[in-house]
Amino acid sequence: MKNTVTKTQVTHVAQLASLTITEQEAEHLVGAFDETLAVIDNLSQLSLNETEPTSQVTGLENITRADEVLTDNMFSQQEALANAKRSYDGYFVVDRIIDND
Amino acid sequence: MTPNYKLICGMEIHAELKTQSKMFCGCKNDPFHAPTSNSYTCPTCLGMPGALPVANKQAIEWTVKLGLALGCKINLFSKFDRKHYFYPDLPKGYQISQYDLPFCYDGQIETSEGLVRIRRIHLEEDTGKLLHKTVDGKKVSLIDFNRSSVPLIEIVTEPDITSAAQATEYSKKLRQILQYLDIANCDMEQGGMRLEANVSLQKPDQTELPNYKIELKNINSFRFLEQAVEYEISRQTTALDAGEDLHQETRGWNSTKNQSFVQRSKETAEDYRYFPDPDLPPIRFSEEQIEAIRVELPELQETIIKRWQDKYRLEPRFGHQLAKSHKLAEITDQLFSVAFTGGTDINKLASAIDNKKIVYDLESDVDKVITDFTTLHATETVNTADLDTIIQTVIKTNPDILTKFKQGQQQVMGFFMGQIMHQLKVKADPQQVHDALNKALENC
Amino acid sequence: MTNQLCSLTLAQTLNKLQKKEIQMSEIVQSVLDSIKKQDSTIHAFLTQNEGLLGDVKAREKLPLAGLPIAVKDNICTKGLRTTASSLVLDKFLPQYTATIVEKVCQAGATIIGKTNLDAWAHGSSTETSQYGRTLNPRNTGHLPGGSSGGSAAAVAADMSIVAIGTETAGSIRQPAAWCGVVGLKPTYGRVSRYGVIAMASSTDSPGPIAKTVQDAAMMLNYLAGQDLHDPTTSPQAVPDFTQSLGKSIKGLKVGLLYQDIEGMEIVKSHIDTAAKVLTELGAKVEPTQALSPQYAISVYTIVQRGEVSSNLARYDGIRFGNDRTFFGDEAKRRIMLGTYTLSKGYADKYYLTAQKARTLFIQDYQKLFEKYDCLISATSPSFAKKIGVTENAAMFGELEDMLLEPSSITGLPGISVPCYKDPQTNLFIGLNIIAPMWREDRVIQIADAFEKATDWNTWKETK
Repeated sequence: MKNTVTKTQVTHVAQLASLTITEQEAEHLVGAFDETLAVIDNLSQLSLNETEPTSQVTGLENITRADEVLTDNMFSQQEALANAKRSYDGYFVVDRIIDND
Repeated sequence: MTPNYKLICGMEIHAELKTQSKMFCGCKNDPFHAPTSNSYTCPTCLGMPGALPVANKQAIEWTVKLGLALGCKINLFSKFDRKHYFYPDLPKGYQISQYDLPFCYDGQIETSEGLVRIRRIHLEEDTGKLLHKTVDGKKVSLIDFNRSSVPLIEIVTEPDITSAAQATEYSKKLRQILQYLDIANCDMEQGGMRLEANVSLQKPDQTELPNYKIELKNINSFRFLEQAVEYEISRQTTALDAGEDLHQETRGWNSTKNQSFVQRSKETAEDYRYFPDPDLPPIRFSEEQIEAIRVELPELQETIIKRWQDKYRLEPRFGHQLAKSHKLAEITDQLFSVAFTGGTDINKLASAIDNKKIVYDLESDVDKVITDFTTLHATETVNTADLDTIIQTVIKTNPDILTKFKQGQQQVMGFFMGQIMHQLKVKADPQQVHDALNKALENC
Repeated sequence: MTNQLCSLTLAQTLNKLQKKEIQMSEIVQSVLDSIKKQDSTIHAFLTQNEGLLGDVKAREKLPLAGLPIAVKDNICTKGLRTTASSLVLDKFLPQYTATIVEKVCQAGATIIGKTNLDAWAHGSSTETSQYGRTLNPRNTGHLPGGSSGGSAAAVAADMSIVAIGTETAGSIRQPAAWCGVVGLKPTYGRVSRYGVIAMASSTDSPGPIAKTVQDAAMMLNYLAGQDLHDPTTSPQAVPDFTQSLGKSIKGLKVGLLYQDIEGMEIVKSHIDTAAKVLTELGAKVEPTQALSPQYAISVYTIVQRGEVSSNLARYDGIRFGNDRTFFGDEAKRRIMLGTYTLSKGYADKYYLTAQKARTLFIQDYQKLFEKYDCLISATSPSFAKKIGVTENAAMFGELEDMLLEPSSITGLPGISVPCYKDPQTNLFIGLNIIAPMWREDRVIQIADAFEKATDWNTWKETK
């Protein structure tokens, strides 16, 4: 069966997903993709022209909250930063972003 | 601009809504005044594992309110979608926004250079803020999430704008309306309103829209907006004249160099992988609910100002300040009504407010304002003899000025007036002084 | 573990407490002893709660009196390490607690510890855990199932009186079946997901894994209810689920599904036997057809992996945890496939199509439930598989859970209850019972009747 994705496509997807993959992983992933895409291809057998998509099964609508400050739910600065590997002076830290924002 | 090319310009403007709490969580919405960084956060706006968003009803209603004020159609069924991209200030790796079913669409704003159509208005959440610093010798970016998930309303126009001036006029008008409806402060310095212009030029023989657009981003003043658009028109004209092909690009504005510069070359458009956010049930309005919001719409600023001009002959320059917000306009309406009945000069009153000679804000009591104004302009009749003495003194001590007057320089009257008024111990009626001075000068 | 306090059920425990026959501290000690004795082999727990005894003391006057429970490690517990069995969250200490844990703890429960799972709940074996697999206590050469393998194993081995798991498609019911315990997946929207590390947001359903149907019903009472932090929870009133226990199933119409599809040879006869039991109890059971679960695999794979790729985008190592290089192979596979099916040019072909096919399944069930009060099938097409079989399989989880995916993607409530034990291997088969949305009462009613009429429940002797 013909490959349904190419290594280039797999590499592009990895970029979109912010995942680093090795050459070897890319090759494996092509195989994994092929397997999965072969399985899910069966949906083309169903006639879905008249069918609406379902995003949510509950049928719920208009579940919103009033515009109130929920102080009890807010973190202190310490709690916010508690799990950060890098923090400085109350901020999260990353290496300099070069984008000119 | 070369008369050959036509400016094709559309604007995308983001405004932070002034709700009490954030868009998808109950954190305080006041990033600019937070006591410290990362102190208005919670699991949701920090994108912690297991956290979930809950939509702010007020923000949704205000979005509809704006849409109605701009003559938009409202999507009775609407939803939120996830817009995916990776950036350190975007905690979930996606922004909750709206893709194909924005709350509002198909509206317009009138400008002196024609109608600008509103393509859509949608609601989304803001990102955190990056601060670039050097810490311990290393170049880093610091992130503050106080602003994360603040409600942002985005207003997108059709490419109807045909001049830089019109772009500015449109933007200012939109800001006025946002402030007037009391849903956003639009403080440009605080990032409360952010301008983006899409600029391209249409060749004279072209009927279809240009196949590129330059996105001017992160412009934070009207002045820079106008400069940037003008600059782009010029730059693109030169390029097109030289036979260059222009491509999709994102550019920023450098206000010191007065130039635009490339930020990102968008050869391939971003793939945001939009899909409906499964965590947020859709929003469905009934016609009645929309009507209820519509009837709550305040009388539009323009309508009120026109009314004041018609009834009170209010000078054009005073209208907008006094109707800056709907609440203020209501007070001013009351003020003018009372003042007019009492025989006060409306324009003098407006001028005094404009020059900040009397205090006037949302807390003002109408009667007190009128009293303050009356006191301000209360004048005392000066004893004629005293007045004449002072006039004579001033004329005698300024012989050169008198000479100028006699030579025909009428405007030096102002100088004399100033000196006399200054010397008078009481607040005199300028008219009285003026007449007396005139008489004295005739006799010189 | 019979005749030990740790082998009591939840109902028995509370009963004996009330009669003052025992003290909770004795139960707790027995459970801790059981863990000490077995867990170095079984490896159900990843983290133990150091503060357990203090919590028990503090809550002894509350309804659950300090009852120790096991919590799946994809559920956030403030101050108690939560990893989702992934190295990305190796040292993660949540600064808040999931609503469902708050609820049970406010009722008096305490947390023994956090249980092992397939990393990020991606799987049906618990073998993809980055902290090592959990073994099936019934037969340690075999897998416990997944992704809630740790929770199911803990309950099966009497290392916990009851446990909380989560199901995205099969992850409560399948490990319950493989471990020979009861697993209840509530209706999607019945139980809050706030604090549950998201896998597929549109199907994730936390629920109880218990020794008996009664225990599961009691736990569901504590877990269920609308949460203002989770807008996908329903304002539907929460009935007292224990009211459905001990009720006759006479006259109920039951549809038997999937017996004739490919691959059911191992379990078919046992499910037929189970169906006969229901008939003897007065229900009207007949085989019926449903939309092929082969399509459900596709719908589930696409929708779930798409939502997974989105929900795992927040793990960038900046605000917490380690960066994305710490993801294991299965997580990477799922993120990649999910990203692909959502990407430009492919989203319509895959994601949109899957959501449309999902509607077909909803409509199919609606038609079936016009005719039947509930539907039954095997929970899994096999006994618990041998350890090691799932390594590097591209789609083990989704293929394995085929029989459960139709009810998961449509949000229906379902329960798995033991219906056969192989005398040689000591391994179990589970009977899956599903009902319309919000009708947990019905699955509980039928499962309870079945459990009482049969002897597959290994805790019945200790009454």
